[in-house]
Amino acid sequence: MATKTVAFEIKRQASPDAPAVWEKFEIEWRPGMNVISAMMEIAANPVTAEGKPTTPIAYDSNCLEEICGSCAMRINGRARMACSALVKNFEQPIKVEPLSKFPLVRDLQVDRSVLFENLKKVKAWVPVDGTYDLGSGPRVFPQDQEVSYPLSNCISCTCCMEVCPQFNDATGFVGAATIAQVKLFNNHPTGKVLKEERLRALAGDGGIQECGFAQNCVEVCPKQIPLTNAISDVGRDVLLQKAKDFLRG
Amino acid sequence: MAAPKIIVIGGGLAGLSAVIKIAEAGGNVDLFSIVPVKRSHSVCAQGGINAAKNLKGEGDTTWQHFDDTIYGGDFLANQTPVKGMCEAAPGIIDLLDRMGVPFNRTPEGLLDFRRFGGTLYNRTAFAGATTGQQLLYALDEQVRRYESEGRVRKFEGWEFLSAILDSKGVARGITAMNLRTMELQAFPADAILLATGGVGALFGKSTNSVVCTGSAQSAIFQQGAYYANGEFIQVHPTCIPGEDKLRLMSESARGEGGRVWVPRQSGDKRPIPQIPAADRWYFLEEWYPKYGNLVPRDVATRAIHKVVYEHHLGIDGQPMVYLDLTHIDRETLDRKLGGILEIYEKFVGVDPHLEPMKIFPGMHYTMGGLWVDNDQMTNVPGIFAAGECEYQYHGANRLGANSLLSCIYGGFHAGPNAMTYAKSLAAQEGDGGAAAELARQTEINSTLMKSDGTENPFRLWRELGSTMTKHATVIRYNKGLQEADEKIVELLDRYNKINLSDRSQWANTSFAFTRQLKNMLELSRCVVRGALLRDESRGAHYKPDFPERIDEQFLKTTKAAFTGSPDGPRIEYEAVDTQFIKPRPRRYDAAK
Repeated sequence: MATKTVAFEIKRQASPDAPAVWEKFEIEWRPGMNVISAMMEIAANPVTAEGKPTTPIAYDSNCLEEICGSCAMRINGRARMACSALVKNFEQPIKVEPLSKFPLVRDLQVDRSVLFENLKKVKAWVPVDGTYDLGSGPRVFPQDQEVSYPLSNCISCTCCMEVCPQFNDATGFVGAATIAQVKLFNNHPTGKVLKEERLRALAGDGGIQECGFAQNCVEVCPKQIPLTNAISDVGRDVLLQKAKDFLRG
Repeated sequence: MAAPKIIVIGGGLAGLSAVIKIAEAGGNVDLFSIVPVKRSHSVCAQGGINAAKNLKGEGDTTWQHFDDTIYGGDFLANQTPVKGMCEAAPGIIDLLDRMGVPFNRTPEGLLDFRRFGGTLYNRTAFAGATTGQQLLYALDEQVRRYESEGRVRKFEGWEFLSAILDSKGVARGITAMNLRTMELQAFPADAILLATGGVGALFGKSTNSVVCTGSAQSAIFQQGAYYANGEFIQVHPTCIPGEDKLRLMSESARGEGGRVWVPRQSGDKRPIPQIPAADRWYFLEEWYPKYGNLVPRDVATRAIHKVVYEHHLGIDGQPMVYLDLTHIDRETLDRKLGGILEIYEKFVGVDPHLEPMKIFPGMHYTMGGLWVDNDQMTNVPGIFAAGECEYQYHGANRLGANSLLSCIYGGFHAGPNAMTYAKSLAAQEGDGGAAAELARQTEINSTLMKSDGTENPFRLWRELGSTMTKHATVIRYNKGLQEADEKIVELLDRYNKINLSDRSQWANTSFAFTRQLKNMLELSRCVVRGALLRDESRGAHYKPDFPERIDEQFLKTTKAAFTGSPDGPRIEYEAVDTQFIKPRPRRYDAAK
């Protein structure tokens, strides 16, 4: 009896300037397999479906538990994490491509450092006085913790940016992930000391007004972060801040 | 005098903690990491972080935490550093709280605590079931703040290759490889600090992340640093077996009331709800009435092994037992364990609110690591280490929720000590050995790039993983360990005939992996040789042929030194600091 196999088509590109090509693979089916374990198989036996020797696929991955945010890619056209992409849930051939909105490095690897730069611009941190023992932190009621915790679950995968029609070179939009972090830190009892600076950082070009309310972000987020709520809350605060700044001259 | 330059390698909790302390003390830091630091393995820690804050009226104390840790580690840990860690823990929790970690709260707005294995106290602070992620982010944010102030330069996407040692054997910097351009470069520093995490990849599949190969520790070991207690490997009792890795099911599932059981009748075909309590064997609760499901990990792991392999009661004849949360209400589960239940549902496709989870032990953590002194410095002057990559805080077995603490405490300790060291460092002669070390690494790379043998590196790695898992995890026999060592020697030989299917000079991930593989093989010998020579059972190290702990002979730290000979590392022993708590028998079937 022939072994059951899974068909993959993977988009390859040796470098940013090289042409993109699709390669086909037939991989032995195993119960519970996911897209990452398929690529591990390819590395151990780098041969295409046509029997042509090739190279292992270059891709980013680390925790394989959907918590580090590394392995975002497009699978059957949809941005998602590859580690939680169980093969049994996908129509074959399973088509795997890199995210399209970020500079390509190689194969499925892209450069997503723009998100980390954006987090710097909005000062996404609590400005503590120092790391010495300065006593306990502020009291936080469970109701407030339950608002901040989901926002703090953002894994920086950038799926929300990939699917956003407004996230492109023309707008320079920061994207939903950064805006949700602004809400997180502006709500923190100490973090809010930088609230005005954060709101001003989102007030200009590429800021929150670029959002076109397509709502793709909230649909694709693997952590179900209430991104659109965050955008409307922060959007309102940015407008208020603009008004205040205008009145102050 | 210019501010000292410290290189920190690794951006998990230990590395970031060190960076923050160094930047705060006025030093300049170059931070190297294979992955963007926010994606480091610390994100995977789920359950929590221990500190004896005594907010539950139980009379918990830092001494009690210290005693639990030493006892849980079967007395192998040096007591002075562990005592320091436990005493610092409440202050560390406060600091993390001030940094904005969204810890779970009591109705009054105070920190909430839960119980973990190996203790009778509610001592574990937690942020849902993603505590590691939340802690890492808090430190990452502080480091980003220093980065924007110019105190920290990040080199993400660079892999550490080796230390630069001067003619006196003092560290003067590192060599590293850019994982995109594949370019090698030497970076000078006054001190270097390794915070490079665990060694899961030695065992093929583990709960660890892909980058946890131990490659950096191994490189330093091969340059003369001692590797200590390598044979102490923690196998976590509750993992979800997978094709690509073993996913952790946090101890917090048991901390919140999860119960481990199997049907008493082998091959019981009834649907689970129809199996009455009398026909379920809650073997941990029966064997360990005092601690129940919250015995330490090594104890729970061996119990599950016994039920599966000696009583032949694995579910459906498979190596699996139930971890059951279905008796707890949905709201409580979601509030306290949401993240981990989601992982199970996502990766297994079964809802653990409704059906017990099927779990089995898997390789999780190394208690052993680079030998360091009480200042966190290795025996190589100028090389410091903190976090899972060093051996200091857990003895022969780590208690749950002590790892996040040891990472942060170790980093907080190592960073300032590296600064103190760097300030009194004599000026280097010439380039400090940089050119010679860079030439050596360039030679290794060009030889490897040219290799055109027949061996696939990923398949060699699988062979290593299955050998290590079979012979060097839960149950160890000298015959098997000997076999494993011979197998590693064979793999080292076959490594010389490797076939690199990818020879490009751009983002060549298989090339980087193949370099790591050599280091994995060398480090595996420390695990196996250390285990072979330790003819006793202690903590996670269990030999049925030597079932007792033998303090007279083995209350000693194992120190492995690289020899370069086919006989493998030279093993030495060092006395353990037991000045505070006298060793006593460790048992969990009664109060300690």
